[in-house]
Amino acid sequence: MTAELKTELKVVSNATCTFCGCVCDDMELTVEGHRITKAKNACVLGKAWFLNHHIENRPVATIRGQAVPLDEAVEEAARILVHARYPVVYGLSDTTCEAQRVAVAIADRIGGCIDTTTSVCHGPSGMAFQGVGEVTCSLGEVKNRADLVIFWGSNPAESHPRHWSRYSTMPKGLFVPNGRKDRTVVIVDVRRSKSAPAADLFIQVRPRSDFESLWILRALVKGLTLREADCEVTGVPLAVWQDLAQRMKSCRFGVFFFGMGLSMTRGKHLNVEAALALARDLNAHTRFYIKPMRGHGNVTGADNVVSWQTGYPFGVNLSRGFPRFNPGEYTTADTLARGEADAALIVASDPMANFSQPAREHLARIPYIALDPKETPTVRHATVAFTTATYGINTPGTVYRMDDVPIPLRPAFDSPYPSDQEVLTRIERRIRQQLSER
Amino acid sequence: MPRETFILIPGRTSRQGTSLNVSKLAGEYIDEISTVFLCPEDMRRLGLIDGDRVRLRSDQGIAEVKCEAAKPGELPPGVLFLPYGDASSRLMSGDTHGTGMPTSKGIDVELEKL
Ligand code: SF4
Repeated sequence: MTAELKTELKVVSNATCTFCGCVCDDMELTVEGHRITKAKNACVLGKAWFLNHHIENRPVATIRGQAVPLDEAVEEAARILVHARYPVVYGLSDTTCEAQRVAVAIADRIGGCIDTTTSVCHGPSGMAFQGVGEVTCSLGEVKNRADLVIFWGSNPAESHPRHWSRYSTMPKGLFVPNGRKDRTVVIVDVRRSKSAPAADLFIQVRPRSDFESLWILRALVKGLTLREADCEVTGVPLAVWQDLAQRMKSCRFGVFFFGMGLSMTRGKHLNVEAALALARDLNAHTRFYIKPMRGHGNVTGADNVVSWQTGYPFGVNLSRGFPRFNPGEYTTADTLARGEADAALIVASDPMANFSQPAREHLARIPYIALDPKETPTVRHATVAFTTATYGINTPGTVYRMDDVPIPLRPAFDSPYPSDQEVLTRIERRIRQQLSER
Repeated sequence: MPRETFILIPGRTSRQGTSLNVSKLAGEYIDEISTVFLCPEDMRRLGLIDGDRVRLRSDQGIAEVKCEAAKPGELPPGVLFLPYGDASSRLMSGDTHGTGMPTSKGIDVELEKL
């Protein structure tokens, strides 16, 4: 029999793409053995995700770069975490809620910090939600009702390519029967990104003037009189802000999606607070909602799981036996850059590529464990590394779409590698045993 | 060429997003995250052509990358765009100002032709 004949061919319908926070669950995957060869309905990012996650020939586990059996690596991982004085558990945005839950349990057992990649994407938004609140809705409501859709500091054409076609601007909805024609789409950004040409209105603000711009809109929505000079700092004429404020007040259902252009720029949570307050204020005139554009496939799940279990979404310390939340103190970018953490468990994320240089240098100095389906800079430097199955492609479970809607996963094919949940469960069990032996 | 101060906006691109699924250790991904974009006017003014190497220096660190002209109108003068990756991480500060989030967009950098 030829190799091709032995290869089983199947089609998996309604599979879920977990590459970005859109979590599109209408994928039709053609699977040939251990490889997805077609991903119908996926965008360019989704296609790259599905077509490049096949089974790679890597050891299931390594200790200091040497291949070892799974049990040995679990033993060493547990030993590192149990002996650490200030361990951190970090990552979690590209794995299932079931695995995230076990990661929180590990942090609790070892009395460490639990933090997710939220802290370096929409962490400031999480802080702002606590201060102002979030006037929220689902993407289904946006699809059926929104006639004014604003994207601020976000470039969905490149980061969430199907957001527009599936949820926010193109689809025909119950109260917007003509789809795109019934909606006004506005982009506010510091650069004319690839999303800008598809919008009805593009407003280019000066870098680092989001806070001022949002407060100008708040003032205009409140009916205050502003002068041209008040808007100078934003680089946008008063008339443009007046026009936008008027559109916001007079729409039937407005929604404000914001990206990391707000949360990563100077002002951070204060920028987001201004946006949240603006959306709240607008409800005196019409219905207006606001949602962050979440990046990774299950970063929203990470916020939910950590919140259920500790009461806080990220940056939580469990060393006293009860949860304490303090961004800046217990967030991983800080515990590493300040040289405080003495061991780490990194799940499905790549701080060695994304963190600041002082944080990366410290991570390279301490023992840490990494779980990832692919070889990454973080996996390369790990003391103990596990190759795990890819969530959504090989493992079932639950993920949360960016609007906090849980979506089940339908895996395409089995992996010879264990899931994150399985590895974490084994580590957690060994931690319990090692602690009881002490 | 004297050093000039710019505002750096790191961000996501389609190519960065697709290539990271292939490998974050080689090939297209490395090329994408090591290319800084300037507006054509700044390129001309500084005598730069596509592919020239430049050094970016922030308060935190240094990164050497190649430069390319952005599409006309995409970037205003004085603003640089760099796809997220190792080079952008080198330029961002470890200090998060009590938020957990380093200032990762809108970073002051000096640009110097190599
Ligand atoms: S928009 Fe996001 S979730 Fe949907 S197919 Fe593209 S990458 Fe996947």
